[in-house]
Amino acid sequence: MTSPLEDILSQNVLITTVDKVANWARESALWPFTFGLACCAIEMMAVGSPRYDLDRFGAGVFRATPRQADLMIVAGTVTLKMAECIKRLYDQMAEPRYVISMGSCATHGGPYWQYGYHVLKGVDRVIPVDIYTPGCPPRPEALIEGILKLQEKIRTA
Amino acid sequence: MLTPTIHEKLTQKFENAILPLKELPPGSHSDPFIAVNSSKLHSVLKYLKEDSDLLFDNLICISGVDYPDRIEVVYHLFSYKHLHKVVIKSLLSDKTKPVLESTCDLWKAANWLEREVFDIMGVHFNNHPDLRRILLPEDWEGHPLRKDYKTQEFWHGIKVGM
Repeated sequence: MTSPLEDILSQNVLITTVDKVANWARESALWPFTFGLACCAIEMMAVGSPRYDLDRFGAGVFRATPRQADLMIVAGTVTLKMAECIKRLYDQMAEPRYVISMGSCATHGGPYWQYGYHVLKGVDRVIPVDIYTPGCPPRPEALIEGILKLQEKIRTA
Repeated sequence: MLTPTIHEKLTQKFENAILPLKELPPGSHSDPFIAVNSSKLHSVLKYLKEDSDLLFDNLICISGVDYPDRIEVVYHLFSYKHLHKVVIKSLLSDKTKPVLESTCDLWKAANWLEREVFDIMGVHFNNHPDLRRILLPEDWEGHPLRKDYKTQEFWHGIKVGM
């Protein structure tokens, strides 16, 4: 037999862990960094538009500074000159920080993989990547899938 | 004015510095061009710009081409006064250090175009006001559109190749 106190508490108190609450907060407010490098950026903008509406997932608040952003979507071809800037911007982001490599170019050099002397063959050579989104460029649905996968990754971390 | 007429006019003035006009094969889609001895190139271009019948006041493009035995630098010129255009080629047989005279004093547009040819093909332009790389990083090694170009292995600690 349960005590009256337990009866009241069982209807009004949820028990969980601090990690779960923190992860729930992180996944529900992923603020991406406004960071477009090439044509993938156009698709990324489309994802932010009302038609695809990234705000549904709490990830529509594009910030113009790395210090306020949680998620860096590397959208486009990373040239070697830009690779140094990406590294610096990533280092300026506050932890916890996440990276989505969007499209073939950011993932492994894309069409420049063989003769592109100026292109970084995969952004994971300079910064750690959480999710790779394939496509050239990926459809908005594909990027949304990537963001959902990232949320799943954060949730189960 | 068409290219053969311009060629005739140039030959009268510069004689041996202008190479004979090359017949293009019938049905060819390429533009006729005038090949010029590289040592006289600057004075030929100056004449093309300043002569009242020619008045090539617009430099459209400077390009570099890498052939097995030579490097060619191609100038596309246009005249807003006479509405005619011409292609001038200069052949550089020294591939280790090809050198040309800069045309920045004739056309301001030449500045960045020559920097690009220097950056990508490794052609040096004498008397250029600011001959630095324009696209690639300043400490890059080699000139990428040369046929014998080999990519460097690392740049600032980042692996460059596959």
